[in-house]
Amino acid sequence: MLLIECPWCGPRDEQEFGYGGEAHIARPAKSAALDDAAWADYLFHRTNPKGLHFERWWHARGCRRWFNVARDTVSHEILAVYRIGEARPDIADGDR
Amino acid sequence: MVETVLRQSPLSTCHPEVGALAEIGEAGAALRERPYRTKVNLRGDAADKAFLKAVAGATGIELPLEPNRTAVIERQFGPVATLWLGPNEWLFTGAPDQAAALVEALDGALIGRHAAVNDLSGSRTTIELSGPRHLDLLAKGCALDLDLAAFPVGACAQTHIARALVILHRTAEDRVEIHVARSFAEYLWLWLLDAGAEYGVVTLAGAP
Amino acid sequence: MTTAFRTAKGGRIDRSQSIGFRFDGQNYWGNAGDTLASALLANGVHFVGRSFKYHRPRGIMTAGSEEPNALVQFGLGDRTEPNARATVVELHEGLVAASQNAWPTLGSDVGVVNSWASRLIPAGFYYKTFMWPRFGWKFYERAIRHAAGLGRAPEGKDPDHYDKMHAHCDVLVVGGGPAGLSAARAAAMTGARVIVMDEGPEFGGSLLSETAEIAGRPAMDWVAGVVDELAERSNVRLLTRTSAVGYYDHNFLVAVERVTDHLAAPPEHLPRQRLWKVRAKQVVLAQGAIERPLVFADNDRPGIMMAGAARSYLNRYGVKVGNRVVVATNNDSAYAAAADLHDAGVAVTIVDIRDEPTGGDLPLAAFGKGIDVLSGHAVIGSDGGRRVEAAYVAQISPSAKRIAGSIQRFECDAILMSGGWNPSVHLFSQSGGKLAYDRERTIFIPGETRQQARSTGAAAGDFSLVDALTDGLAAGLEAAADAGHRKRGGRPQAPAVAPVITVPLEPLWSVPGRDPRGRTNKHFVDFQNDVTAADVALAAREGYLSVEHLKRYTTTGMGTDQGKSSNVNALALMAAASGRDIPEVGTTTFRPPFVPVSFGALAGRNVDHLADPVRKTPMHRWHETAGAVFEDVGQWKRPFYYPQRGEGKQAAVNREVRAVRNSLGILDASTLGKIDIRGPDARKLLNWVYTNAWNKLEAGRCRYGLMCHEDGMVFDDGVTACLDENHFLMHTTTGNAASVLGWIEEWLQTEWPNLKVWCTSVTEQFATVTICGPNARRLLGELCGDIDLSSEAFPFMSVREGHVAGLRARVFRVSFTGELSYEINVSADCGLALWNACMMAGEKFGITPFGTEAMHVLRAEKGYIIVGQDTDGTVTPIDLGMGWAVSATKDFLGKRSLARAATAAPGRKELVGLMTETPTDVLPEGAQIVEKALESAPMPMLGHVTSSYYSPNLGHSIALALVRDGRNRIGETLEVPLPERTCRVRLTDPVFFDKEGARLDG
Repeated sequence: MLLIECPWCGPRDEQEFGYGGEAHIARPAKSAALDDAAWADYLFHRTNPKGLHFERWWHARGCRRWFNVARDTVSHEILAVYRIGEARPDIADGDR
Repeated sequence: MVETVLRQSPLSTCHPEVGALAEIGEAGAALRERPYRTKVNLRGDAADKAFLKAVAGATGIELPLEPNRTAVIERQFGPVATLWLGPNEWLFTGAPDQAAALVEALDGALIGRHAAVNDLSGSRTTIELSGPRHLDLLAKGCALDLDLAAFPVGACAQTHIARALVILHRTAEDRVEIHVARSFAEYLWLWLLDAGAEYGVVTLAGAP
Repeated sequence: MTTAFRTAKGGRIDRSQSIGFRFDGQNYWGNAGDTLASALLANGVHFVGRSFKYHRPRGIMTAGSEEPNALVQFGLGDRTEPNARATVVELHEGLVAASQNAWPTLGSDVGVVNSWASRLIPAGFYYKTFMWPRFGWKFYERAIRHAAGLGRAPEGKDPDHYDKMHAHCDVLVVGGGPAGLSAARAAAMTGARVIVMDEGPEFGGSLLSETAEIAGRPAMDWVAGVVDELAERSNVRLLTRTSAVGYYDHNFLVAVERVTDHLAAPPEHLPRQRLWKVRAKQVVLAQGAIERPLVFADNDRPGIMMAGAARSYLNRYGVKVGNRVVVATNNDSAYAAAADLHDAGVAVTIVDIRDEPTGGDLPLAAFGKGIDVLSGHAVIGSDGGRRVEAAYVAQISPSAKRIAGSIQRFECDAILMSGGWNPSVHLFSQSGGKLAYDRERTIFIPGETRQQARSTGAAAGDFSLVDALTDGLAAGLEAAADAGHRKRGGRPQAPAVAPVITVPLEPLWSVPGRDPRGRTNKHFVDFQNDVTAADVALAAREGYLSVEHLKRYTTTGMGTDQGKSSNVNALALMAAASGRDIPEVGTTTFRPPFVPVSFGALAGRNVDHLADPVRKTPMHRWHETAGAVFEDVGQWKRPFYYPQRGEGKQAAVNREVRAVRNSLGILDASTLGKIDIRGPDARKLLNWVYTNAWNKLEAGRCRYGLMCHEDGMVFDDGVTACLDENHFLMHTTTGNAASVLGWIEEWLQTEWPNLKVWCTSVTEQFATVTICGPNARRLLGELCGDIDLSSEAFPFMSVREGHVAGLRARVFRVSFTGELSYEINVSADCGLALWNACMMAGEKFGITPFGTEAMHVLRAEKGYIIVGQDTDGTVTPIDLGMGWAVSATKDFLGKRSLARAATAAPGRKELVGLMTETPTDVLPEGAQIVEKALESAPMPMLGHVTSSYYSPNLGHSIALALVRDGRNRIGETLEVPLPERTCRVRLTDPVFFDKEGARLDG
């Protein structure tokens, strides 16, 4: 079970969190202007990398805040935790 | 107030009013419902100094800004504890029947500000868990580190015990208050009794 | 009581306490402190089971949790446990155990024919034989399952109860032997929070079987001193009988404590087992090492066991495993066993593969005692039936490929083998750590670690007692320091121990036999799964070279012992057979659990009434008293219907439905989700999450809305009331209360952080009583004096505040039944009071409580959908015929998806009504709808029934369905093929009753 550091509550068991998929995917401002392919890209397509992944979690059974996590999808190592609105940390795959 | 006469707490049928223990005695742990306690929820922007000031002005309470900590002030009717629930959410808890006055005071002070005040007194009840083995009992269903150093007196946390979401508040070295949604209260009560059998857990008469 | 093989003195058993027990129907005596295995051995019983595949007689092979052979059926009745390892079952008064995998008895087992036919059952036999023809498997399977079983699972309900416990520490030490205790003591001195666990009933690990001294005194004196010291400390938790079984991410470990398994009469208040879930900042792995068997012909007869185990039985349990033993070894450690047995009066012959086993202290000591040693020799086979009778010994060539001299027969009643020791790296491997191969010592040792863990002592490949104590101490200090705790004052010192010089072992992965391998006798590698050296060679020949293929093809390492004693031998044999180096073959990943775990321990107390929360409304007791039948809606219990005396379900529902249409019904609607929404941007939020427009809703008015996910599919619906310009109360479906709030918070926090809106769940703050029917207004009028209830002042889809039955209340005039209806919210504590007041005042109107089933019938008569029943995540608002609730002008979540080619295409499944040709015929929900039923499947399916009831108001069954191009087909007749009949149905509009809505006003 992962130990995830909520930016507010500190480290808590994974059980307290909900997973929110890939981070930094903004909703298109003018959705009507998008063709089907572009809309599908926003709606369905994700990078699903092996290795470093920027993703969203929320502290569902705690303070109910959403935040971002940089996690290695192979080792599950958590490399950074940062709040919504904060810039994506400058880390690359292989930084340990 | 018709309500105070007719109301019924979610655990009222779980702890006998007649013949219930008043004290824990030699038992390792004890459960007690503290029914009808005031619970008022406040949402607002912690970064907004004017908001914090307005709350302090209306209630005398400095909202705790450190996560998972409480601020306690004494009032005529007893202490009011303010629990940090989130970076923009707090819960005031105190003696029964203070919600209306508190909501009115807060609403009045927060007119024109972006805030939300909700009386949630009926939505949760409070279980007080005490005794020398109360932390062991809690550890059976709660994954938090409850060591006094990690979870000192005055600490609070939203988490879960077994499958019930709760707000924990450590009120003294030998006790915690557990605020639980009323529909989950009976499940949690029965769960705590089951888990506490190893320590000879006892049920105390409910008292606000 | 005396037993034949019990020594006169020594050991850690309590000789004053005799214990009676029963094995395979025979009564025996043992002593307190015995395991089932040691007690059986004390009675001279080695033969305790039959092997898995060939049903060969098997004995006790080890003295620990790695035991592959001595698996027994332990306990009786519903407490029986299969595959219990006799080597770890602690003896208690009245213990009952039996051998397994033998029928009708251990002595005369019919499965033994497998052994004679073994040349027909090589590795991969099942795959090759029973997969052709393909349909054949289902015939073969029954016979195979019967023959291949191990123990027997209990049939009844588990009578025991189980516990779980979370724990946190700075340093977790796994293993309470010399290294582990040394580490724990050092870490504890720094003030760090320490947990130390050991699988045995007492601490000491290898020292329990040792004759060595620490600081000039018996080693166990040192153990007792350290344990006392640790027990005194408030920062230390000591756990015995606790097996660490899993090492998961982020230093999360799971262990099982056997709390009462060793007690004859467990106290009721204690759990049988406790599952520990430990989050440790640092972990010290000190689980010691596991001895490797030697792979020689017929190395599996009862009486053939590990040398270290024999030493353990002697020194720890006071049991001689035989009177005349042959010790087969390739290393020094077996000499210690030989010397101790010799001292106990056992006739010992040592057969050492090494040509010159001199130089080490242990061989020197053995020579000094005058023990016979045959160097450069090997045990190449054995003789015997249910007990080994002789060892065949021969000189072997230096290359060890063949027998060099004549074969001698040594009469004996036990053969002790030692092929060296494997560090117990299982947890380390589970943690993600990589194993490194040490060529010199032919062992896998912990390499690069991935978690906050370090291995020490024998678990790290450092087998000497000196190393265990000093390295353990260093590991404890380092772990504590890494967890933020440093020792003040001087560094503690490890106690003094006399060093023991050892010389390297000589690997011999397969001992040559008299005949070509595998022909007449078997060299067992994996004893539990009956995998032989010949099977490994066959796998190599057939191209299963990858270690993962080897494992699955031969099943080596796949027994309940997970190949603790067999893995390295199997890898080495594969390496030799395929001409590769051992590290090239690699290892499989060790997986949890390290030892078998009972389902009870995993379930903990989440069983019976605590299996899942049962959520109850404030009026629940009333419903119970009224005799309601309850329905599970998520975790909620909701009244399904209220049968009166002698009434069946349909009669009760019909009565309830009619009462609502004719006079007055009352429903507990407290479970509906309620979200308080406030802020200047509240309308913007509603415009985003609902498909319709919210700009113009006035205070005091309500509106129905549909919510879609971004894929355009409906996921919730409900009524939202405007309480004030910037203040709304949203209702969600019962099941989605939490997910809708979570979803709104997700958008608010991650996409629209600038929207000024606060959302607060108030679901549990209010109890909701719904009164509906033509007399609803009259009832409310009797209970409420401060709200003008006239249709003009309080129209449909509006909300008012006031008092009902003297209670502060919010009243919504909404309807899910098509009748005049009010939903009254009061503080949850007063829900029962309001309900009682309504029941009393409503008596004159024949007020009738109705449950969810009647509610469903009533809403279906009106064609109102239930999200999750009439929708399934593939249904858009347009499909439901609810385009009227979809704004054409504003954007909302899911809007763009409604214009995607697939969602906008014609011919989608649409919501329609169905009327059966036979009025009383109620279709089953989920039934498929076709144009014309054919003789047999397949036939093109046009849709399915989503809701179906008997409507007493119409005197006809009604159903809602999703049918391809349904709205264009209204009026057509289609068919519903059912198992016994085919039902003809006519497609209709989904609104069956009061299409004009005339009844809404009473």
